[in-house]
Amino acid sequence: MGLIAFLKEKFSKKNKDTKVDKYQEGLSKSRKNFSSKLNSLSERYKTVNQDYFDELEQILIESDAGISFTLNVIEDVLNQSKRDHITDPKQINEILVDKMFVGYAEKGDIQNDVVFRENGPTVLLVVGVNGVGKTTTIAKLAYRYINQGKKVLLVAADTFRAGAVEQLTTWAERLKIDIVTGKPESDPASVAFDGVKKAKENNIDLVIVDTAGRLQTKNNLMLELGKIKRVMGKEIEGAPHETFLIVDATTGQNGVVQAKAFKEVTDLTGIVITKMDGTSKGGIILAIRDELGVPVRFIGLGEKMDDLEEFDLDKYLYGLCVENN
Amino acid sequence: MAFESLTERLSGIFKKIRGQARLTESNMEDMLKEIRVALLEADVNYKVVKEFTTNVKEKALGQDVLSKLNPSQMLVKIVHDELIELLGSDDSEIKYQTGRPTIIMLVGLQGSGKTTTAGKLAYLLKNKLKKKVLLAACDVYRPAAIDQLDQLAKSVGVDIVNMGTKVNPVDIAKAAKKKAYDEDYHVLIIDTAGRLQIDEALMDELNNIKRDVEPQEILLLVDAAAGQDAVNVANAFNDKISLTGCIMSKLDGDARGGAALSIRHMTGVPIKFTGVGEKVTDLDIFHPDRMADRILGMGDVMTLVEKAQQELDEKEVKHSMNKMMSGSFDLNDMLAQMKQVNKLGSLGGLLKLIPGMPKITPEQQEMAEREMRNFEVIINSMTKEERKHPELFKYSRKQRVANGSGKTMQDVNKVLKKYEQMKEMMKKMEQYRKTGKMPPGGLGGMGGMGGLGGFPGM
Repeated sequence: MGLIAFLKEKFSKKNKDTKVDKYQEGLSKSRKNFSSKLNSLSERYKTVNQDYFDELEQILIESDAGISFTLNVIEDVLNQSKRDHITDPKQINEILVDKMFVGYAEKGDIQNDVVFRENGPTVLLVVGVNGVGKTTTIAKLAYRYINQGKKVLLVAADTFRAGAVEQLTTWAERLKIDIVTGKPESDPASVAFDGVKKAKENNIDLVIVDTAGRLQTKNNLMLELGKIKRVMGKEIEGAPHETFLIVDATTGQNGVVQAKAFKEVTDLTGIVITKMDGTSKGGIILAIRDELGVPVRFIGLGEKMDDLEEFDLDKYLYGLCVENN
Repeated sequence: MAFESLTERLSGIFKKIRGQARLTESNMEDMLKEIRVALLEADVNYKVVKEFTTNVKEKALGQDVLSKLNPSQMLVKIVHDELIELLGSDDSEIKYQTGRPTIIMLVGLQGSGKTTTAGKLAYLLKNKLKKKVLLAACDVYRPAAIDQLDQLAKSVGVDIVNMGTKVNPVDIAKAAKKKAYDEDYHVLIIDTAGRLQIDEALMDELNNIKRDVEPQEILLLVDAAAGQDAVNVANAFNDKISLTGCIMSKLDGDARGGAALSIRHMTGVPIKFTGVGEKVTDLDIFHPDRMADRILGMGDVMTLVEKAQQELDEKEVKHSMNKMMSGSFDLNDMLAQMKQVNKLGSLGGLLKLIPGMPKITPEQQEMAEREMRNFEVIINSMTKEERKHPELFKYSRKQRVANGSGKTMQDVNKVLKKYEQMKEMMKKMEQYRKTGKMPPGGLGGMGGMGGLGGFPGM
């Protein structure tokens, strides 16, 4: 397992054991979480058999990791256990976590923070279906980068939902930063354009553009996103430089469909998974990474401005599978 | 719409056995496996899926399916019946109080659609059931949630109790109840803040609102895209405040809503409404039997008829029907019809509701919609005279219309051909109407938008 150890070393974050970990705190709130199930499972079985693998399958599916992802990874583990004659449930669990880790890591880079341009504003476009927490996440991201000394501008390009502009404006006031808004029902692309223009004129480091929640089946709204993207690109080269899809941790298998559809119109550069302080495991991110390669960048853990953590794969999988012994 | 993929998958499975003469235990095993995968992909809870497939298997074997002549039909029926049972087997409408306000409380996780649904519910009660509705804005936590409800109240035209964000939600709810009683409102809808079911403080707050206002209905909002954990959420809310129903939101997406079905099964709480869009009009009453039909690709005719009745301008429909029947149907009528059909929503959504048409792919849908738009552009480029007398069209006129609309001659010909087909069909229909008989094979020949245009008259 030299390779796996190496990869883990490479991808896991430093200072793991500092400060009380909100992330683990969030996960530990769920009483019947993945890990405790897995552990109780390994206690019930002295050696593994088909039933054991069936129960592993159930644990993964109940975390929303999806049927095809689950069947594949379980089959991998099953094959390896047969080949290497491994029957100890604890060891099987290790293999499972390792397989998921390597599978995820192999899909490409894992870089959490927004990648800033050398010169001029960096534009971050935030998209997602309705009610996943886009606006709250934007506030958290703004807070994070303000604290890193960046000059941040918010752009309220959700001109559709009642109260959306007010919601983001409230956050801008709390954060004491500028916000660009348009009239209700006005063209979101023109608001976005005004936003990036203003960013250029005011030496802004990071522009975060909020968009209306839209179900990926709404063709005209998806085309609208494409337009927002294009007009920003005209004003600032390469904009948007980052596009985050916000995914609710409670999302089931439709999450993959969502990611696929948004990826087609906006070139997603990352995912922020929200509401991880609940009991949902957010396993859909594994399926999304598996099918589309889009990496998770941040995790939302509550409603306060600082309830945002960088995604740490190692921690996530261990939190899911092995912690809470 | 919601279950199309499940429908597609199941019809795919049934097609497989349709080709086989007999249903054997081994090929049923395959089907059950695929049903299982389909249900899991639809986010139906793992345990519910297990139970479902076991039940189907038992019933299928118990009923001596192996000896039936048409085993696939038999299995469709068993799956269908099981699904209806899973969904709950009756319509579940709200019971309204007489002589005093009915109080409805909306609860759920963050982002499940409570505020939007409060607006929709107010619209439905006010306009369809002629109730005097009051809204109460009790989400004092999410920034601008109250603004959102306020804007919705204005656009629907109902009153709202808005006490700002500095007042305790329990007190707001109590004040709203008092107002509802004092001023003879029929219904009070209380919008509450989104909360996690494990947030004890906020769950206690809900319990306090419940204790003080004694709502008749406590409805949980469930996102159609919710995953496996939805059952735990529903259980927790139900344990704490005894839900009377669920509303499934965002069913206009392509999420299959399996989780909401599991909730019905695991908690016994019925689903009462479905959210099908972002406009205040986009709320439907939930019909489990129709939903089961829809899952199995049998169409949802009742919903379509209801929708048609609500949306279509009856006078205009009658007028164009009469014109059609009398044979004086022209291109203006064709355009008017197309616009009527457009009012019903996207063509794709509409087609899904019609039995016998579940096989349409998204690409085909888009093509049909594009064709419809093309037709409109082309007809709009014609003179009034030409629209009334399409027989005027010769090469030069066609060329002009093609240039004017930015389309090709071929496109113009297509419109004219479609018109001829429709006119011909109308004639036939009128003949059959007179003789009291329908054409053989029903109106199956009514292809494309022409056929849909004729639908409201049914």
